[in-house]
Amino acid sequence: MSATVIPYDVKPHPLTGMYNGKFGIWLFLASEIMLFGALFSTYVLLRVGAPEGTWPIAGAATTRGDEILNVALAALNTAFLITSSVTMVLAWANLKMMNFKKGQTMLLVTVLLASAFLVVKYFEYNAKFHHYAVTFNEHFEHEGVESNTFTATTPAGTTKTIHYLHGHVESTKKNAEGVIESYEFLPDAEHGHGDAATHKAVEIPASEIARITNYGPGGSTFLGCYFVITGLHGLHIIGGIVVMLYFLATGSKMWKTQPDKYANRIECTGLYWHFVDLVWIFLFPVLYLL
Amino acid sequence: MGSSAHEIQSHLKKYYMVFGALLVLTGVTVAVAEMHVSIGMAIVIALFVASIKGTLVACYFMHLMEERSMIMWILALCAFFFLLLLLFPVFTVGEQIGGLAEPMRGLSPQ
Repeated sequence: MSATVIPYDVKPHPLTGMYNGKFGIWLFLASEIMLFGALFSTYVLLRVGAPEGTWPIAGAATTRGDEILNVALAALNTAFLITSSVTMVLAWANLKMMNFKKGQTMLLVTVLLASAFLVVKYFEYNAKFHHYAVTFNEHFEHEGVESNTFTATTPAGTTKTIHYLHGHVESTKKNAEGVIESYEFLPDAEHGHGDAATHKAVEIPASEIARITNYGPGGSTFLGCYFVITGLHGLHIIGGIVVMLYFLATGSKMWKTQPDKYANRIECTGLYWHFVDLVWIFLFPVLYLL
Repeated sequence: MGSSAHEIQSHLKKYYMVFGALLVLTGVTVAVAEMHVSIGMAIVIALFVASIKGTLVACYFMHLMEERSMIMWILALCAFFFLLLLLFPVFTVGEQIGGLAEPMRGLSPQ
């Protein structure tokens, strides 16, 4: 039985001007634009419809993401991804110049930069899951710490005063049944009425708390958007790393028998990788700076 | 794209120049954000700079400039539907953000 030959897997197709694999990747990227576009559209819709004072989180002084996000880490990650795009295109260029070793080195550097991006993202996410917002039933004042207030306006036009604090839960006290009775809470300097030198932890009885939530996806509508969009982008990074590792390991055997085809596959991987970089280029200002 | 070893050698310098431009433009984005200009101006500047960066990545790293127009048309169609996707939902909240859906007001429950 003769093997099926896939046409135009190295030479360009006369109609499209590119080999079939590359055309397939471009069509895939077109569908990816619509995927991220749907999420971007959702983000815009939720933001313009958010009641005043609730974006990015209840009680924030401005509506910018950097109220609760770390711009320095995100800028560092932007630099990592941009650099990885360059090393990716250099990997392909070196393979086309028949320089296999240098091509592989550049591919490895790309994997390392992608991994560095994920490590930074881990620290960003981790900080969010350990930062809390507490909403009180009514005004709270204890041991020199006082709750902040803001007035929320509902879509129906009625107003409601919210008493809240932002900070870190140091520890909890539980009763015999294991139910939390109180929280040892360290308010943020800017929210805890005092400068960083004087702010201290305060005990908050659970009975006075209407809601306590960390800065995870359930923390606010903005945080929900932030985790969904950056999470999906992070999954794309992981997908890219898996593909690149394959071409660094067992996939690289193809170089010995079909170097052109191998270089083409790296080019397709590169197109995907540049798209992942391109998405981040838009996500960075939209989520962190606006 | 043209991909002989000689042609690719001549492209290397371009890649480094684009790399430098992308880093500088990232710095510009952060610097403008730190200046705390009005939100309208901030959106315009941030998206304008991001669009330049995106265009550089697509044109040089993804070699879009050297592909046939067919792929451009596919992407243009995609961009058109992306804009529809972006604008249609915004029209539905037009009443809240600028009175675009004023005639709908009479239909809302009393």
